[in-house]
Amino acid sequence: MSKLKVVHYINQFFANIGGEEKADYPAEIRVGEVVGPGLALTQAFGDEAEIVATIVCGDSYFNENLDKAKADILAMGKEHQPDVFVAGPAFNAGRYGVACGTIADAVQEELGIPSVTAMYKENPGADMFKQKVYIVPTKNSAAGMRAAVKVLAPLALKLAKGEAIGSSAEDGYMPNGVRVNFFEQERGSKRAVKMLLKKLAGKEFETEYAMPDFDRVAPNPAVKDITKAKVALVTSGGIVPKGNPDHIESSSASRYGEYDITGVNDLTAETYETAHGGFDPVYCNEDSDRVLPVDVLRDLEKEGKIGSLHHLFYSTTGNGTAVASSKAFAAEFSKKLLADGVDAVILTST
Amino acid sequence: MKLELGHIHISDIQIAPESKIENGVLYVSEEAVKEIVLEDEKLKSVALDVAKPGESVRITPVKDVIEPRVKVEGSGGVFPGVISKVDTVGGGKTYALKGMAVVTAGKIVGFQEGIIDMTGPGAEYTPFSKLNNLVMVIDPIDNIKQHEYEKAVRFAGFKVAAYIGELARGLTPDETFEYETYTIKEGLEKFPELPRVAYVQMLQSQGLLHDTYVYGVDAKRTLSTILNPTEVMDGAIVSGNCVSACDKNTTYHHLNNPVIQDLFEQHGKTLNFVCQIITNENVYLADKQRSSDWTAKMCKLLDLDGVVVSQEGFGNPDTDLIMNCKKIEAEGVKTVIITDEYAGRDGKSQSLADADPAADAVVTGGNANQVIILPKLDKVIGTMDYITKIAGASDETLRADGSLEVELQVITGATNETGFNKLSAR
Amino acid sequence: MVHICTVTPISMTVGANRIVPAIAIPHPLGNPALDPAEEKDLRRHIVEKALAALETEVEDQTIFD
Repeated sequence: MSKLKVVHYINQFFANIGGEEKADYPAEIRVGEVVGPGLALTQAFGDEAEIVATIVCGDSYFNENLDKAKADILAMGKEHQPDVFVAGPAFNAGRYGVACGTIADAVQEELGIPSVTAMYKENPGADMFKQKVYIVPTKNSAAGMRAAVKVLAPLALKLAKGEAIGSSAEDGYMPNGVRVNFFEQERGSKRAVKMLLKKLAGKEFETEYAMPDFDRVAPNPAVKDITKAKVALVTSGGIVPKGNPDHIESSSASRYGEYDITGVNDLTAETYETAHGGFDPVYCNEDSDRVLPVDVLRDLEKEGKIGSLHHLFYSTTGNGTAVASSKAFAAEFSKKLLADGVDAVILTST
Repeated sequence: MKLELGHIHISDIQIAPESKIENGVLYVSEEAVKEIVLEDEKLKSVALDVAKPGESVRITPVKDVIEPRVKVEGSGGVFPGVISKVDTVGGGKTYALKGMAVVTAGKIVGFQEGIIDMTGPGAEYTPFSKLNNLVMVIDPIDNIKQHEYEKAVRFAGFKVAAYIGELARGLTPDETFEYETYTIKEGLEKFPELPRVAYVQMLQSQGLLHDTYVYGVDAKRTLSTILNPTEVMDGAIVSGNCVSACDKNTTYHHLNNPVIQDLFEQHGKTLNFVCQIITNENVYLADKQRSSDWTAKMCKLLDLDGVVVSQEGFGNPDTDLIMNCKKIEAEGVKTVIITDEYAGRDGKSQSLADADPAADAVVTGGNANQVIILPKLDKVIGTMDYITKIAGASDETLRADGSLEVELQVITGATNETGFNKLSAR
Repeated sequence: MVHICTVTPISMTVGANRIVPAIAIPHPLGNPALDPAEEKDLRRHIVEKALAALETEVEDQTIFD
């Protein structure tokens, strides 16, 4: 069984060429050579994998000749068709960390070869690339080499073999915003009590989930004259024609519906219902206007208080539906709304 | 308040002419159970079945899971205000039948919830695959209202669990555990140096299939209040909710609340377990504000140092969770919150609908959107008719080979937020 | 766009800019305790608020109470 092939990327310092004064060292590939930290990696790989080539590049050279350095290194890497590309560890060296992240990302994206790198959590390369490339957290100096290799080597092997990568806690990489389930040793309540005791004692603890960020959009300018505007209704309350013809799911919706309300002046228990499984549906099913106010908007339309009520409404189930899915639905039907000359949307939620 | 909880281990359940417990085996008379269930004229029929760990059996749609218990000494009886008369429980002696549960199943018009697989990959995600389950599939009379049907099935479950618990009254427990909490003064005198900790339990209270009852009172009608943690061991809190199946607390979860157990384990050693605070999750914003204000107010009044907060549900209750956390922290009381996540099938979306930097200590029960393939099993107790309608399932659920493609969301108890399981995410 | 919803904190968290508070989660634009005519009035009142919000310039996220 032949060994898996690894191409390793390091900087001038770890290649023993020199320090800062040699940071302009151009990229070069040393075929068949294992250099610097590559030795520790090789030992950790055992007979499963071997470094077939080491690419050495000065940190300044890389960062100041980004396009050329990238292109050269990609060409070098491509030639050897490694099963995995390993960069670093960069510890706290900023330019090195950014170079590692950049090149690992490029190899993955453009050559389709799995990559992994390692650096200290505060290395600027970490925040820049942890969502794109697996990054193993290390100590802030090369004194942490052994500990780093201990985690980096097994992860590299997994990637080389094409094995499924587990959660960040299991496989030792920096949490990258992709939540992966796994089984802990202890049940959640015990973990909670332990975490509280640490927090009460002022000791360091690690949260299992960091609070999320949500994006912001700039407010649109106000509608100049609502009495002339075409207003459309959109809802996350799952309002659908009775019988849910499009089978919109009761939770975690994979689709949205587009429904025609031409000639509909009122939603009734016979004609509309909710598909949403996250709230007591009884009141809504009696009268879906309680979630999608068609009746009132028709009145306002007749009275000339709005220009018109758009003949289509868009609906999905908010219950347990991923943000990314919701975003994708809206991006799609918003185009239609714009194309149909809609001026404003009333979005209702339950 | 001190409770002695005796465990009686049940290793098997058999349907037999006479109901009794002998040598760790529960014998159940089908006649007797039917009589109890059909006392309620709203119910038409009940089918009894037994599901054992490891069997190729799927139970669906699951409503509630209940552990039979009986109060042998002390005031009150199990499920006070529901089955037993209203009386303060949590003291004296209670026996629990371990290793088994009563499971209620049946179709309720609307979204049918909960799958329990006794074997296969699905079994890894529910604690109930490890129990001997006495399953009651209950059918209502025709033309019944949803709310009435739900109530009838709910009560049937408690009645039967109480009936079976009663069979243990004269037995001797295999092991006994003692749980004791003290009054405020007693606690201060006994543990002057230990951090004062309470358990804040959030209760789902949002309507049909989303309700919880405390001493028989609908939780949506309650103001946040204090309990002795041993009261729930006698069934002071019972479930009326099962949607979505993965993160709703069954009555079994309430009786066996692991936060309470793990806090008791440290009580007197590393912390002073002062009390339990319960608070609801209502559908009005003003209620959310009021309940969280009250919870934070009590944490301060009780001079607590820290709390463990457990959520129930997801979506709009994320606001209750964050309000509780923020306000309690603002009173100088440290929090750890237990929740679960809806990060999408690819794990990339935001897991919660609301957030605040104060929530810096979070324990998670896992991402409920994770997809799992449940293989076809030999037997179904209940019905597969609604399998594509359960929260977490879809049109694509039923595959050609009979296996099910679903999210963990459909599995009863899979991402439970009292920290019952070992499932987590990073 | 204007967002009519009960749990306005979530609307704020996820970034809506014009928000109008609704009655309750299962019936944001209704109240089953009222008689149908009163309920429709209530619904109209909320929708009119929403229309007014659409006609209002805002610089930041705003809840139209």
